[in-house]
This record gives sequence, structure tokens and C-alpha cells, in this order.
Amino acid sequence: METKYFIASFVLVPLFGFLTSLFISAKNEVTLSKISFYTVGIQLLLALGFSVKWLWDGGESFNIKEVSIYDSEEYRFLIDFYFDKITVVYLIVGAFVSFLITRYSAYYLHMEAGYKRFFNTILFFFLAYNFTVLAGNFETLFIGWEMLGISSFLLIAFYRERYLPVRNAVKVFSIYRIGDVGILLAMWAMHHLWHDNITFSRLYDYDLVHEQLQGHSGIGIFISLCLLGAAAAKSAQLPFSSWLPRAMEGPTPSSAIFYGSLSVHFGVFLLLRTHPFWEHQLVVRILIGLLGLSTAIIAFLIARVQSTIKTQIAYASISQIGIMFIEVALGFETLALFHFAGNAFLRTYQLLVSPSVVSYMIRDQFYHFEPEELSYKDTLFRRLQRSFYLLSLKEWNLDRFLSKYLFRSFKVLGKKVDFITPKNFFKVMIPAYLLGLAAYWNQSWIPFWLLGYLPEFFSFIGLMLVFKSFSERKHPWLAWTLVWMSHFWVVLAVSFNEKFAFSHTLLYLSGVVIGGIIGIIALKRLKKLEPDWYNLNTYYGHVYEHPALANIFLIAALCMMGFPITATFVGEDLIYSHIHSTQFFLANFISLGYVLSGISLMRIYARLFLGPHCKTYHSTPLGSS
Amino acid sequence: MLVEKMVFSEHEVLHQLKHYLPAQAPLKDFIHHNTLHAFQHLPFHEALQQASELFGYQVYLSLPDYRERYTQGKIRPEMIARLIREKKGQVLLEEWTLKLLKKEYDTTLSSRIGALRASWKELAHVNLNKDVHPVLFRVSSAYLDQGIALWKFPRLESGFLASLVRLESKAVRGVFRSSRVKKLLADPDTNLTQLLKIIVGDPQYYKNYLFDMCFSHPGWSGMISILEDQPDSLLDKRNIQFREFLIFELLLEIDSLDRHLGDDWKPLSESLSEVPPPLLGPIEYAEVFEVYALWQEALEWTYYDEVLAGFQKAISWHKQKGEKFERADFQALFCIDDRSCSTRRNLEALAPGCQTFGTAGHFNVAIYFQPEHGKFSTKVCPAPVTPKYLIKETEAGIRHKKDAHFHRHSHGLVGGWIVSQTLGFWSAIKMAVGIFRPSESPAMVSSFKHMDRSGKLSVRHVAGEMNEKGLQVGFTPEEMADQMEGLLKSIGLIANFAPLVYIVGHGASSINNTHYAGYDCGACSGRAGSVNSRVAAYMLNQKDVREILGTRGINIPEDTQFLGALHDTTRDEIEFYDVESLSGSNSSLYVENMLIWEETLDKNAKERSRRFLLHDSKDEAARVHEEVKLRALSLFEPRPEWNHATNTLCLIGRREVNKHLFLDRRAFLNSYDYRLDPDGHWLLGILKAVAPVCGGINLEYYFSRVDNYRLGAGSKLPHNVVGLIGVANGMDGDLRPGLPMQMINIHEPLRLLVIVEQQPEVVLKTLKADTTTYEWFKNGWVNLVVTDPETDRMYRFMDGEFEPYSVQSDEPGVLDKLDDLIETESESLPVYLINV
Repeated sequence: METKYFIASFVLVPLFGFLTSLFISAKNEVTLSKISFYTVGIQLLLALGFSVKWLWDGGESFNIKEVSIYDSEEYRFLIDFYFDKITVVYLIVGAFVSFLITRYSAYYLHMEAGYKRFFNTILFFFLAYNFTVLAGNFETLFIGWEMLGISSFLLIAFYRERYLPVRNAVKVFSIYRIGDVGILLAMWAMHHLWHDNITFSRLYDYDLVHEQLQGHSGIGIFISLCLLGAAAAKSAQLPFSSWLPRAMEGPTPSSAIFYGSLSVHFGVFLLLRTHPFWEHQLVVRILIGLLGLSTAIIAFLIARVQSTIKTQIAYASISQIGIMFIEVALGFETLALFHFAGNAFLRTYQLLVSPSVVSYMIRDQFYHFEPEELSYKDTLFRRLQRSFYLLSLKEWNLDRFLSKYLFRSFKVLGKKVDFITPKNFFKVMIPAYLLGLAAYWNQSWIPFWLLGYLPEFFSFIGLMLVFKSFSERKHPWLAWTLVWMSHFWVVLAVSFNEKFAFSHTLLYLSGVVIGGIIGIIALKRLKKLEPDWYNLNTYYGHVYEHPALANIFLIAALCMMGFPITATFVGEDLIYSHIHSTQFFLANFISLGYVLSGISLMRIYARLFLGPHCKTYHSTPLGSS
Repeated sequence: MLVEKMVFSEHEVLHQLKHYLPAQAPLKDFIHHNTLHAFQHLPFHEALQQASELFGYQVYLSLPDYRERYTQGKIRPEMIARLIREKKGQVLLEEWTLKLLKKEYDTTLSSRIGALRASWKELAHVNLNKDVHPVLFRVSSAYLDQGIALWKFPRLESGFLASLVRLESKAVRGVFRSSRVKKLLADPDTNLTQLLKIIVGDPQYYKNYLFDMCFSHPGWSGMISILEDQPDSLLDKRNIQFREFLIFELLLEIDSLDRHLGDDWKPLSESLSEVPPPLLGPIEYAEVFEVYALWQEALEWTYYDEVLAGFQKAISWHKQKGEKFERADFQALFCIDDRSCSTRRNLEALAPGCQTFGTAGHFNVAIYFQPEHGKFSTKVCPAPVTPKYLIKETEAGIRHKKDAHFHRHSHGLVGGWIVSQTLGFWSAIKMAVGIFRPSESPAMVSSFKHMDRSGKLSVRHVAGEMNEKGLQVGFTPEEMADQMEGLLKSIGLIANFAPLVYIVGHGASSINNTHYAGYDCGACSGRAGSVNSRVAAYMLNQKDVREILGTRGINIPEDTQFLGALHDTTRDEIEFYDVESLSGSNSSLYVENMLIWEETLDKNAKERSRRFLLHDSKDEAARVHEEVKLRALSLFEPRPEWNHATNTLCLIGRREVNKHLFLDRRAFLNSYDYRLDPDGHWLLGILKAVAPVCGGINLEYYFSRVDNYRLGAGSKLPHNVVGLIGVANGMDGDLRPGLPMQMINIHEPLRLLVIVEQQPEVVLKTLKADTTTYEWFKNGWVNLVVTDPETDRMYRFMDGEFEPYSVQSDEPGVLDKLDDLIETESESLPVYLINV
């Protein structure tokens, strides 16, 4: 029994620290840094103590059902924790690195304008990290996963008055979310495989997993691929690698902790965690290994040509994580854990001392310089070498690839529904939705063959609205309301599947409705205050004058995107349990819509509130800085 | 073609463009200079308005900032009234006072730069910056990289473009995608005019367009421009011309436009609906700038006036006490640097029998220094001076330790795999130790490693020895005497030599500090001053040199010995050189004085600590000192020391006169005796150094403070090191010249006030002898007040002439216990008189 409290404390200590830190005045640097330092310090001691005891007791993996958030006959949402050697390694490495970083930052950030914001975010990240590491089922893991995404966004955009950090924060957040599609679909498929919220501990039950997969080998591979996609995005593997160097925009210690050590190794974590699920699928193992291998080689080449220190470390780290993927694929779990810890420490330290590289290398050059021999040979080998050099300098076009094939295609799709404007929005949307409702209430009138397609059709409408929101450049209000509306279409679509209790709808829409209304009010207010600087064409930086409004809007956006602060999050999971295992498209549309709506909402937030301030009665940074 | 030539002269425009770009050399040669050097031919306030309206810089504090200082009493109402009376007349006093205090102004910063090129985005919806900058920065930094990348740019000796041409032609896929651009690149006849014709069209806009383009990333443009002019600032030389860089950028722009708009697009000038204003055209009067100027002057003169009131009192104290040294117990020469200000005061307080002097920290020894094992030589004298001598070090130990964490293997595939599993865990320990118990490491910069104290220096030229790199190795006795005569006469030390004379250079230590060179001695080109102090001491100890000096009126007694030293201003530690050469009596004097030095440095560290948060300044001096020392070794400390922050004053005169003045480390102190210099010969030498060095430091701090985003480097916390030559934000940011925020947080942006003890006529004549120096004063980039030592009257330099100045402030208070103040106050302190 006491174990339960111990495990709970690993989440509650950071939560308590985070909440306390919110209430400390921004001027009170010492208290802020002390809260962080002690929160993480206590966590480290607890983690060490507990781990030692656990090992002493034999090191048996165990699962704990902490809290049941929603419980009905056909559906349960549990916060579940799991503890095994993977947890131990991640828990201790995380606490150790965070402990050093909080101490480091207490001095490093002295007199920095965002001192409080920094420590709030670090503690929030720490909470998310532990939640993820301890998670015992996908639902719990996903809570942590979502929080990681947001904290990452906030830390990359820490210098929110500059253009590049904000742009890159949105970019990284987007790739994170795209990866989340994989988790959502995997969750959905697993629901159907076992008709229950499967815990990670049960995945170790060979018979259980094997028996199911025998009959559904296709779905087994599908789930594994979804997981691999999520892992690749989180750990900057191909084709997502280019986000990692671009994430190095925050203060150096935050880059070190996020992108040097902890956050970037979550892909490896996800693979390790789900290892028993896919280890008997040879195809999957080969794929993981190949992905790791190709990433390792390509990132290694890119790292070699980098002439800035942080990007060099980033790509070198990606390359090592590629090797970890291979290790995991080969089944060398312990080796991968060892590798993770070593790589995390090494990259953190390298990033922390990265400014020293100037004096160190210049001195090295001063005493040991050997002039380079320039080659004028034009052999085939040289030509090939030069081609690879250039290709690596261009990062193998990875960044271009992502923006061209992923984000631009979303925008193109969004443009297809450009006929929706603020003026006709209600004229089009309300009748359309009423028609949908009418169809729902009078299902007997609809031909049976058509009825089967309606859920897909309605969810597709929802998805198109999100595309439109994503590509909207003029009206923040429209972009916002489109996302809002899309949730209603999702509910409608799922309602066709079976009897969908009104309470479920309420659960799902609770956060959406509240967040939606707060958001609308916030937007109206902003429009009134800043009529000349109110659209989505560029970044306006309104947080400079309206910080409170910016916070309110951010919270509203989080509610709307099903962030685990409202019941919508549970509703979201509930919705998935209603999607039939045959409704592949429905699941895809809903997942994509869910993920993209998050991106769209953060985009609205970033464009209106972040970036160089539109009013220049004070000094503002140059766009290229 | 003829018409084009008339409107656009490539050579002229490039010259002008380069003049306006930031002029900061690569990090290892970081030297302070006036950020707005391009406007120095104009009077200060006019220049500031122009710079602001051209480039959108914030050039003053904001109006709310000034008004806040007014309510805090940092700007005196009497001073405002006086300035308004002077500038606008008594009649307008009330009106203008109201304008300053109450009137609402539109203070929006608008700029002319960038408007023309922005049309691409407005008219054709092409975001050139987004396409071009990442490639431009990445390729340039790969080409110039001094040692970060493991796989180097396959360059050719013949230059940047030539290397690109070959790379492009021989690679499967190149940098460019448009076939037209590929052809243009390969064509050796491609020139700027031709490319501008494609992009801009109308020649009258070429200049404007180039300015817009370069100033969309001033950091990189400035760096390339500097590297073209000073190729020696890279150890691993790179052949690059500014012109090539511009061509590359224009080609990237065409490539981007071809991609977005297809092959058939029209040059910019054909779609412009309105004519953009000429970039460098005249600026209209704006009342708000006059208000700014008045506020700024009021802020400055409020403080200056306080200082001058104190100075007057100090003069009278000096006269009353009439102290005269027959022979001081010991003497010490320090650098003019503002950081020596408190060191000297503390030393004098602890050893009343000593006498101190200040002069530029290269001690008139202009040399290149080649350390043993070093593959290069380093210039150690003020930046504008080109030395003719080389000093070589021999018999020195190795002072370059390795750190495996910087090793290239960690970035490899297999190497990284091994390193991360082995060294990785060692990193964890190093990190924990580094954060909880900072200690010396190979990653740090230590001023004491500039030269090995146990090594030997080739100060004396050996007849017949060959020149190296066009430099003479060592000095002949005659040459030594010349240098030392200049040193001693300019500071007024030609008689009454104490038995022991210290010559104290300075340097700094830090870790994780990309701007380390800016912390060292500015008069030694951003290096520690140890070689210079040691060489100067050596020269003055030579018998033959003293003989020659004797013939020039400087008689150094036989028992007098000079001793070189280095003061580390970050750690407040000192190291002495060639101690073994001291005579018996001097040796015991040296040992005796050691205690005084130690206590001085303890007190100095304690005084500095009041500006450092997280230190208990109330503790015992020695204990506080230990904590201060740790700052230089702490990875997490972005401010190992405050460097020149708060600098405002430069006193040129006898130390006896100003030693009773407490100036809170804000003053550069240069010793000078007007009695030895009736015609201003030595003064000219001093002013020629003071204006660019102290003025340059002061103005760089000023501008980095008022607009840290555009004229400074922004916060250093997110900085990423680029090619070992500069810093940028993140991956795709432009290089950031100027000072990072962490250097200027506490700096109060006041121009330098130079106070010279000499007759005004002599000073005026001296100033006019050198036009470059005169420009600094005439245009008000540096303020000047002269105190006439005969009459004790003060004169202010205004619009080319001296006019009498009467002090407004009350006499400053007398400070008896400095310690109490240090322990309780962390803000800037007012001027006090102190009993020393």
C-alpha cells in the first residue's frame, strides 16, 4: 500500500512545486529558484531511495492503479502507473539532470526578464516528464505526452519577442503533434484488440499479446507502425530530424535539458515501453532497426558539416539515438538504457559548456594549427564527396521536405474550403449542422447503405474545417470558431455509431465549449483593443501590452485542444472507444483533426500574442536575429 | 551603360555600405568601439536622430525612463532649467519644461531601411529573408568556420565564389535550383550591376536595395566586410571579399524569385507604385528628438556636475594638505582602465606611503608577442597601432590542457557510441562538480596563462638577429629608452622614484564566456597586459637604458627597481614577474608588501561584490573574496565580473589632486603632470588614446544599453557559437555584434566626461593638432571639462571653444566608512570625498 503513495509522490511533488511556483512574485528570484531546486532535489532523493529499496526487494516490475477518473460499465479511464527498470533509469536520470539544471539556471538566468516564466515552465516540464515515465497505460502516458509538447513550445518560445524562436516553437510543436497521431491511433486500435484499457504490464503477458496478434497480425503491425511514427517524431528520427537543431532557441540550460538529454529520448522510451508488444513481429523490428540505422548515418553526416556548436551537438545526438533504436530493435534493452543515460549526460554537459568552445578551440588552434591541404583533384570519389558535403549542408533537404509535403498540403486542403468566410460562416455552418442533426434523429429515413458512410463523411467535414482553420490568414475569430465547430462534427459523426449517451457528449464538449467561449471573448477583447493589429498574417507580439489576456487565451486554447485540464481529455478517449475497429478512416480523420486543431490553435496564439511587438515605441529585435 | 555608371558606382556604394556596417572583428579579437562610428562626423544628437530614423534604432533611454529618473532625483530640475535656458532661451523655459515632463509624444521608431526590399513581400508575396538567410548564413559560416565542423568546406585558395562555383559544378545537386542562376554563377563575368539589373531594374535604386539587403542581416554583412579588411583576425585565413558575398546573396535571391514566380518576372522597380525616399537623404526636425537630447544632457550633467563639485573640493583639500612625497615607500603603475579605479584607491588607503599612476595598459610597449609552442603571434598594444617589434617567449611550460568533451570523436558514429557510454557518465560527475564546486578546468580562460611567468622573453635585440615576419625581435637600448621616456614623461614620473616600482597590467578570467576578449585589457588589443608590464619593467631595469634616460632628464636612482605584475580583475589575484632579480632590500620590501596587496585585493573584491547578487557582502573581506574568485570558474555565471559597466569619467591629471574623490569605479584614470608639458605634447598622446579607447568603450556600452536588441547582442543565454567567429541566436539567426545584455544590465548610459588638468588654451591647441581626435570632442561624442591648475577655474568645451563652468550641485559628503556603504548599497553611489 505504501508503495502506492510513494509512486504517487513522484507526480505529486513536481505538481506541488509547479503550482506553488505560479504564486510567487516574478521579482522574487531567490524563492522561485529555491522552490525548483528543492522540488527536484526531494524528487531525486525519493527516487534514489525508492529505487534502492526496490532493487533490494528483488526489482520486480509492478503496476499500480492510482485513480479512476471515469468509471462506467462499458468504459473506464484510469490513471495507471508502472514501475520497472526502464522507469528507474528514466526517473533517476531525469531527476539528476533536472536537479543540476535548476541549480545552474538559478544563477544563469539572474536578471533575465522571464525568470519566473522559465522556472514555471521547467517545473511543468518536470511534472510532464515524470508523468510520462511512470505511466502505466496509454491514457496516462498521453497526458504526460501532451504536457511535454506544451512545455516544449513554451521553452522554445521563451524569447517570445523575437521572430525565429516563435516560428520554431510552432514548428516543433507541430511535429510533436503530428507524432501524436500515432499514439492516438495506437490507443484506438488497442482498445479494439482487447476491449479494455490495456496496461503496459499486461503487454508482458506473452499469451495475452500473442493470442490476440495471431488473429490480427495486420492490426498488430498497424499499431507498431503508429508507435514507431510517434517515437520517430519525438526522438527526431527520419524524416523528422530537422526540428531538433531548430529547437535550440531557449536559454542554453533549457536546451540542454530538453533537447540535449531528456525530451529527445522519449522516442526510445516509447519503444522500450511497448517492446513486449512488437518484439515478436520481425517486420517491425527490422523496420525499427532500419530507421535507426538510416537516421544514425544521415544525422552523422549532417553533424560533421555543422559549423555551429549547438546544431552539431543536436545532430550528433540524433545519430546516437538512431543507434539506440537499433539496440532496441535487436532486443538489447539494457544496453539501450545505458546508452540513453550516457548520451543524456554527455549532451547536457556539452551544451552547457558550449560557449567555452570559442576560447578552447581558438587556443587549441593557436598552439596546434596545421594548415589544411586544399585538394584540387577532381576524381569521381572527390565529386561524390562534395555532393555528400553539400547534401549534408542542406540537411538532406529534411526541413524542406516536411514543410513542403506536410504543412503545405494541409494549407492547400484548407484553401479548398475558402468559400467559408466570417460573413457566411453561420449561414453555411448552422444549416449544415442542423441537417446533420436531422439526419441523426431520423436515421430510419436514410438508406442503410448511406448510413454507413455518414460518420466518415461528417468527421471529414470536421477535418476540412480544421484544415481551413490552419490555413486561415485573416480572421482569428474564424480560425478559432472553425476548430470549435469541428469538435461538434466529430461528436455528430461518432453519434451515428451507436447510442452515445448524452453525458458522454457533455463530457467531450465540456472543455471545448468553455474554452471556446473564453477564447471568443478574449479575441473580441483583443480586437477591440488592437483593431489595427488583428489578423493571422504575421506575428503581432501583443503579449507585450496584454500579458493577462495572452494567458487567458492560452488556457482557453488548451481547453479547446483537449489538453488534460478539462474533461474533454477523457471525452476524447471515450470517443475513440466508440469508433469501430473497421472504421479506419473515421479514426484517421478524427485523429488528424484532433492533432491539427491543436496546431492551429497554437498558431493563432503565436501569431497574435508572440513575436516582435507590432508597436515600435520601444526597441524591438530585427527579424533575422 | 553610361547612365548606369552615373547613378550607381559599385566601388563607391560598397565603400559607403561597408562604412555603415557593424565593425566588430571575430570574437577572439573583440575590441570596444563606437557602435555608430559611421555617424561620427556629425554632432552627437544629430547623428543619433539620423541613425534612429535611418535604421530604426532606439538611441536614447525612453521618455518614461527619463521621467522616472527625474522623480527619483537622478536628474535635477535645476539642471533641466539651465539647459533649456542655454539652448532655448529664458522665454521658452516654462514651455519646454512642460514638454520634457508632461507632453505625450509619438515615440514610434520608424526606419527607412528595408522599405524598398520589403516590396517583394508586399507586391509579389515572396519572403526573401525566409528563403535566403538560412542558406546564406549556413554556407558563409561553413566557409569561414575556424574549427567547429569536422568536415570542412571544400574550398579553393582563389576565394569564396570560386569555391562555390566548383562545388556547384561538380556536385550532383547544388545550392541553387534555378538553371539561370547556375549559369550566372558559372559565368566569371557576372557582376553586381548585372544582378541588380535583374532584381531591381532601375539603377537609381541599386544603392538603396543593397543597403536594405545588407541591413536585413547586419551581423553577417559586417563580419564579411571586416574579414575583407582584416584577414589576419582569423588564424586559419579565408579569402573572402565583400563583393563576392553580395553576389552570392543576390544569386540566392534570384534563385528564390525564380522558384516562386517562374522564369518570367519583372524587376522590382517596374512594379513599384511609389518612389521610395532616398535612404541617406536629409532628416527633418523632430521635436521629440530635441526633448530626448535635453533629457540626456540633463541626466549627464546632473552627474557630471556632482563630480565637478567634488573635484573642486578635492582640489582645495589637496592644496590644504599640500602632501608631497619626498620618496614614496613604493610606487605602482596601473592601467587607465576603470576597473583599476578602486584597486588604486584601496591600495592607497592601506599603504598611505605609496604613490600610484595610471596610463594605457600596454605601458608604451607596442609589440607582437609569440608565446612558446604557439604557431602565431598576438598583437598586444592598442588596436590602431601597428607594432614593429616581436617579443618571443622561451623556456615556457605547456599551458594548454585538453578536455575530452570537446573532442571530435563524440560527434562520430562509433566514436560517439563509445564516448557516450563511457565519457558520458564522467560528464555527469563533471557536471555535478562543476555546478556545486566550481574549479579550474581546461575550458576556462585564465589571464595568467597568457604568458608563463617562469619563461624568458626576448626583450633585448641581439645584434645580427634576423627579422621575423617583418618584425624586429626585441628592442635596442636606444629604442627601449624611447619607449620608456614616453611612458614616464606622459604620466609625470621623472623624479622621486621609490625603491620599488610596480608595473601592473591586467587581464580577466572566465568560463563559458564567448566575449572573453572584451574583458581583457583594451590597450593590449583584448589580451592580458602581463607581457607588456614585464617588458616595461625589464627595460627600465637596464643600466644602459637608464643611462640614456638620464641624458633626457629622467634620473632613476640605482637602488630603484621595477617589477612587472598582472592583476586578474575577475578573481582579484595578482602575479609578479622576475621577482628573483630584486635586490636584497627590495626583496624584503616586496615580501612586506605582499600582505598589503593581498588585503587590497580582498577589499577590492568585497567592494565589487556589492554589485553581485547572491553574495553576502557583509562577510569578512577575505571570505567574500573567495566567493568572488569562484565566479570566474563557474559555468553558470554569465557575469564573471561587470567589466566596464557604469563607466562615465576619464580623469587626466595628477593623482594627488583626485585621490580624495570616491568615484565608485566609474572613472578611467590617467596620470598627467601639466607642469612637465607646457606645449601639450604628452597630452596629445594621451588624448589620442583616450578618445578611441575610453570613448569607444563608453559608447559601445551606451548603445548596447539603450538598444540591446539592435545595437547590442541581446541576451547571451541562448547564444550559439558560429564558426568560432561570432554568436547567433539558435540555428538560423544572424550574427550578433555588440555587447550582450548580461554586460550592460547595470550600465547607466552616460557619455564619457574627460576632465583634464591643464590650461584651456593648451588643451585647445593640442586637440586641434589631430583632426580625428578633435572630431570626438567637437561633435560631442565625448564631453570635456578642463580645470586650470593655476586658477582652479573650470571650463566646459562647447561647440569648439572653452567657456567657464560654474558648479551647481552642493558639496559632496565626506565618507568616513566606505565599508558600511558597500555592505548595504547595491545601486550606483554618489560622489564622495574620502580621507585617504
